[in-house]
Amino acid sequence: MDMNSLSPTMPTSPLSMINQVKFEDEPDLKDLFITVDDPESHVTTIETFITYRVATQTSRGEFDSSEFEVRRRYQDFLWLKGKLEEAHPTLIIPPLPEKFVVKGMVERFNDDFIETRRRALNKFLNRIADHPTLTFSEDFKVFLTAQAGELSSHKKQGPGLLSKVGQTVRAVALSMRGVRSRPEEFTEMNDFIETFSQKINLIDKISQRIYKEEREYFDEMKEYGPIHALWSESEEDLADMLGGVASCLDRCCQATERRLCGLSEALLPVVHEYVLYSEMLMGVMRRRDHIQAELESKAEALTYKKADTDLLTEEIGKLEDKVECANTALRADWERWKQNMRNDIKSAFADTAERNIHYYEQCLATWESFLTAQSDLYAKEPPEDKP
Amino acid sequence: MEQAAPALERLLQPAPLEPLGHPDAGLEAAVGEEAEGAQDEEGPGDRTMTENNFWLKKIEISVSEAEKRTGRNAMNMQETYTAYLVETRSVEHNDGPSVLTDSLWRRYSEFELLRNYLLVYYPHIVVPPLPEKRAEFIWHKLSADNMDPDFVERRRIGLENFLLRVASHPILCRDRIFYLFLTQEGNWKEIVNETGFQLKRVADRLYGVYKVHGNYGRVFSEWSAIEKEMGDGLQSAGHHMDVYASSIDDILEDEEHYADQLKEYLFYAEALRAVCRKHELMQYDLEMAAQDLASKKQQCEELSTGTVRTFSLKGMTTKLFGQETPEQREARIKVLEEQISEGEQQLKSKNLEGREFVKNAWADIERFKEQKNRDLKEALISYAVMQISMCKKGIQVWTNAKECFSKM
Repeated sequence: MDMNSLSPTMPTSPLSMINQVKFEDEPDLKDLFITVDDPESHVTTIETFITYRVATQTSRGEFDSSEFEVRRRYQDFLWLKGKLEEAHPTLIIPPLPEKFVVKGMVERFNDDFIETRRRALNKFLNRIADHPTLTFSEDFKVFLTAQAGELSSHKKQGPGLLSKVGQTVRAVALSMRGVRSRPEEFTEMNDFIETFSQKINLIDKISQRIYKEEREYFDEMKEYGPIHALWSESEEDLADMLGGVASCLDRCCQATERRLCGLSEALLPVVHEYVLYSEMLMGVMRRRDHIQAELESKAEALTYKKADTDLLTEEIGKLEDKVECANTALRADWERWKQNMRNDIKSAFADTAERNIHYYEQCLATWESFLTAQSDLYAKEPPEDKP
Repeated sequence: MEQAAPALERLLQPAPLEPLGHPDAGLEAAVGEEAEGAQDEEGPGDRTMTENNFWLKKIEISVSEAEKRTGRNAMNMQETYTAYLVETRSVEHNDGPSVLTDSLWRRYSEFELLRNYLLVYYPHIVVPPLPEKRAEFIWHKLSADNMDPDFVERRRIGLENFLLRVASHPILCRDRIFYLFLTQEGNWKEIVNETGFQLKRVADRLYGVYKVHGNYGRVFSEWSAIEKEMGDGLQSAGHHMDVYASSIDDILEDEEHYADQLKEYLFYAEALRAVCRKHELMQYDLEMAAQDLASKKQQCEELSTGTVRTFSLKGMTTKLFGQETPEQREARIKVLEEQISEGEQQLKSKNLEGREFVKNAWADIERFKEQKNRDLKEALISYAVMQISMCKKGIQVWTNAKECFSKM
């Protein structure tokens, strides 16, 4: 069995992943590079939407060329995610940014929103590229390489609408039945996911709140320097000192702005992605349960039915395989996901701490040099008598 | 989660009525004269103010005129704006004549500044609204024009209503900054800014930033319960977040000291004004005395020479009821001469008093000014020291936190 997950000849069946745990992606082994950029607005008579440029560079053999450039809209990303979920129901598919932002957004397409979304879409595709299984998905390849017309015709392939409806009906019936004997490990997994989801949501809220407070602090601070500058104009003795304070305040203000940028680029997107991941994970657990429930219901049917037992037994055999595959795939992907999560959270917070340290160091230097200048001044002046 | 530190609230209250420091009795007396007066009723929507305010007599406020002005703004660029004339009249008695006591020009941005100040210092009071900033809803014009006469007129009325509502509010009308808005044209902006109401807003914001970090502590701790590998790291990182959140309390105490110093600067301007008033009163007194003396001298002269140029009751009665005797006339001249001599003495001493007052008051102001400069310098230095201490604490906390995160 080939242990190098990035080799194009590696078999993609989940069974082959049993002994494989992948931690971090080694950059020198990467052979697929994707960027999402250049948002553009398109206006038609029916709707307005944004497309993004998706640029790919690869050295993989199965790609016809080494460079691709296509334009995709959010709907296309949604389609890709759906296909991946369909093909790999118990793998942890990376999350997409939300369709709409619920609160406070009047205009769907303001610049901040578009930029945030662009970054998240970029992350989405790169995570797929880094995933040992998903990276070889045919739908993924089509997404990266097909020109507009080709993509739509490819989308139309696959199970028709009716069969999809049938699947949904069965799914509802099964979910009402529930799963009978979930293995212990998956119950533990489920509990972890629930707690994690709670905590990461809280952290997301806290971080957003901190950003908001810091932003408002920055807005107030912006006035502060100029006020002191103005004041210094109407003073004689104090003019220099006030001027000094004013320029310190201005510099601290700039440092605050940098700190804000850091938050919005490094911490907030990471935390938010994991909020979406936690929702994704709950979906994965449900799908796994669903597969097991299918098996259980067929097995139950066997105990009641007298005829057709051969066919049923065969179906049950297939379903048992399916359950086994699903569980194995999930188990492996789960370990991988947890490791990535730890690394990402750790870096994001360590990075934030680093930026905060930097911020305080800059402000410290500013104020210390102000004080030094003042004490130099005092050294030159004759001592005053205090009343 | 987001209340300002109680100490900060308490300390940054609106300035009280009495001035700072103890200059000579003259200054205090001058300000004291402002603080006596009649007690009046307040009527709803009345144009007059109530008791226990700086005026302490009935006053009327009006925004009577609007004028286009050009000037230079903070960026030293030329700009055109509209200035509004704010007139304050005091009414001695009901239905009596009103005397114009103050009139000055204010522009819209100064009204805004006043309102922002009131919003910060009286957070529990609904501060009356200002008319709109820009002419946004003029449908029949192609662009919003702040110079449009209709707009200016509507705004003038809106500004007047604003002032009247503030004046008729039992608490807001007592505010010193409001008083100064109506009475002191120059330097008012600087004074408002120096109250540090901006400082309070900044302090509130900073408080918020620190305190919200405290929430990380709790969540990290709860999260660490389910994590085997990250658990310890999360737990200790959370602890440092708590330390960070509580460090703001110490910092804010230092910030209050700075705010105090800024407030005291306010009183300097106030004291100056009181001195000027007192000086004016003294001058007026002096002039009256001089006039009185001059008229007495004239009467005396007329009596002696027999010509009647000035009107006097005695002169009239003499005409009606007959001439007086020479003895009577002599007696009168003597009385007048005594009065004149007294008057001259008084005038001399008043003059002296006046000059003494000016000398002392000026010396006092100079002393006050030097003291103020010293205090403010000290305050600015402490502010810098406080900032430095805050930065050092911040560096320490986040360095610790970073270590915890890296070890996770």
